[in-house]
Amino acid sequence: MAWLDSLSPQTQFVFFTLLKIACVLGLLLTLVAYAVLAERKVSALIQDRVGPNRVNLPLIGSIPFLGQFLTKLGFWHPLVDGVKSFIKEDFTPGHVRKIYFWLAPAISLVPAFLVIAVIPFGSTLGAQKMVIADLNVGILYTFGIVSLGVYGVVLAGYAANSKFPFLGGIRASAQMISYEIAMGMSVIPVFLVVGDLNLGKIIEHQAQNGWNVLPLFGGGFSAQSLLLVPCGIVSFVIFFISALAETNRLPFDMAESESELVSGYHTEYSSMKFGMFFIGEYANMFAGAAMMTTLFFGGWTLPFFGLDVAPVAGEWWKGLLHIGIFMGKMLAFMFTFMWIRWMLPRFRYDQLMDLGWRRMIPLALANIILTAGVLALTNR
Amino acid sequence: MIVKRNELTWFERLYLPALIGGLKVTTRHFLNTLTTKTPVTQQYPEEPTRVLPGYRGAPYLVRDQDGHTKCVSCQLCEFVCPPKAIRITPPGPTGKPADRTNAEKMPEEFEINMLRCIFCGLCQEVCPEEAIFLKSDFSLTGLARSEMIYDKEKLLALGGTHPGIQKWKHKLDEAKEQETFPVKV
Repeated sequence: MAWLDSLSPQTQFVFFTLLKIACVLGLLLTLVAYAVLAERKVSALIQDRVGPNRVNLPLIGSIPFLGQFLTKLGFWHPLVDGVKSFIKEDFTPGHVRKIYFWLAPAISLVPAFLVIAVIPFGSTLGAQKMVIADLNVGILYTFGIVSLGVYGVVLAGYAANSKFPFLGGIRASAQMISYEIAMGMSVIPVFLVVGDLNLGKIIEHQAQNGWNVLPLFGGGFSAQSLLLVPCGIVSFVIFFISALAETNRLPFDMAESESELVSGYHTEYSSMKFGMFFIGEYANMFAGAAMMTTLFFGGWTLPFFGLDVAPVAGEWWKGLLHIGIFMGKMLAFMFTFMWIRWMLPRFRYDQLMDLGWRRMIPLALANIILTAGVLALTNR
Repeated sequence: MIVKRNELTWFERLYLPALIGGLKVTTRHFLNTLTTKTPVTQQYPEEPTRVLPGYRGAPYLVRDQDGHTKCVSCQLCEFVCPPKAIRITPPGPTGKPADRTNAEKMPEEFEINMLRCIFCGLCQEVCPEEAIFLKSDFSLTGLARSEMIYDKEKLLALGGTHPGIQKWKHKLDEAKEQETFPVKV
């Protein structure tokens, strides 16, 4: 690695950032592809079915035990699905507004990727911090970018120039804007407790004082941490529900609602343009899961075996383990998303709005005041 | 009947009991399917499907117990067929006679276009000779349209023997017996 040291610090920074971007993006896209498979398998198991188990690759499929097992698992389905959506006809209906029609998939895809940039997905590996952009305003940036995501959906609904996508787009915009407020308010208690917007700092604080959702271990039992437990739980629950609504997942599946709007805002899309909406949706889910992990579940830390401190030089295995812990927590959230999908029926539109404006937002506001009160009374 | 709807309690209106109930149901199904490995899915091409009796699959011609063609080329099925999938070529005055006694004729050619057939079963219903039946085949494939037009040999081979009554078999004997009096019943 002599040639790396010969580079100037700026060049090194650029090099490592580009490397991290490539790794994270590659990993994210793979995870997205396999999240689709996981979604199908989890749905199948919950509904007493088998799920995808058909694709068999020529060479690997003939390995005695493994090949059959991977086929049963549906392991190659994401691969084949990807190839399929690329070679399908990319049909542009005659009545659409062309520019927006082409723009919308990209706009819905990019914000999801941008959010990942600020998330610390591990402690350190070598001398490098495992976060692409260590922003001081990490969470503000996230909320700014997440609100851009709604433009993709709205533009798609507008561009399609027909009624179902239009209705889907309108619903999605109203829903996402409403729940963004509740989401933003639900994380304010976290910042009151932590006192920093940097996501890395938030994780450090949680390593010392216990996870934000349940601040009992780590810093030991005190009146303050006991009083903060309900605040943490309430803000996590609100954040979780808002994240479901923000990512258009069931039970807040207003934008798509297959039974009413065919498939909502992406009815007119086909081939890879549809694929981009799909990737965007799942990348958004991953971003939401990563945010919840970081804000409420201690990010890459675990409160035992000394896994809550950044590794010292030479402990690269620990750095890898931290990345693994983060992934594990994130994937657990992804599983919960999929699980909830088959648990709850879709809300009616007015119920959705009612829940957002008349339940979530007042509750989040009350939670802010409660947290502030607790912190003021216990002298912080 | 008037269904009594109880007011929801405060706890129930919190939406939480329903949520937990849903969690329980989905978890149970998830774990059951994962561990006992008894999904309801039928792995179709590997596991052959069981078709219930009375299923209306593809129409085939059948032979009687003696291996003779039952069809007498009356063309009722051709006439009744809604999508005009059946085409029968009668033997004509100079054609081959029927291969069984008491039948005037049998079709020279009997074609069913399986691409047109809608499996309605009118041919089976209308056939006075019980010569055509909707069997249990439902997935017919071919590499060309011409392959999907089944001719007489193919239909007879696929249809097999039908163990039904042979209504003309004893007619000749009965007619002869009628010439002597009193008629034996």
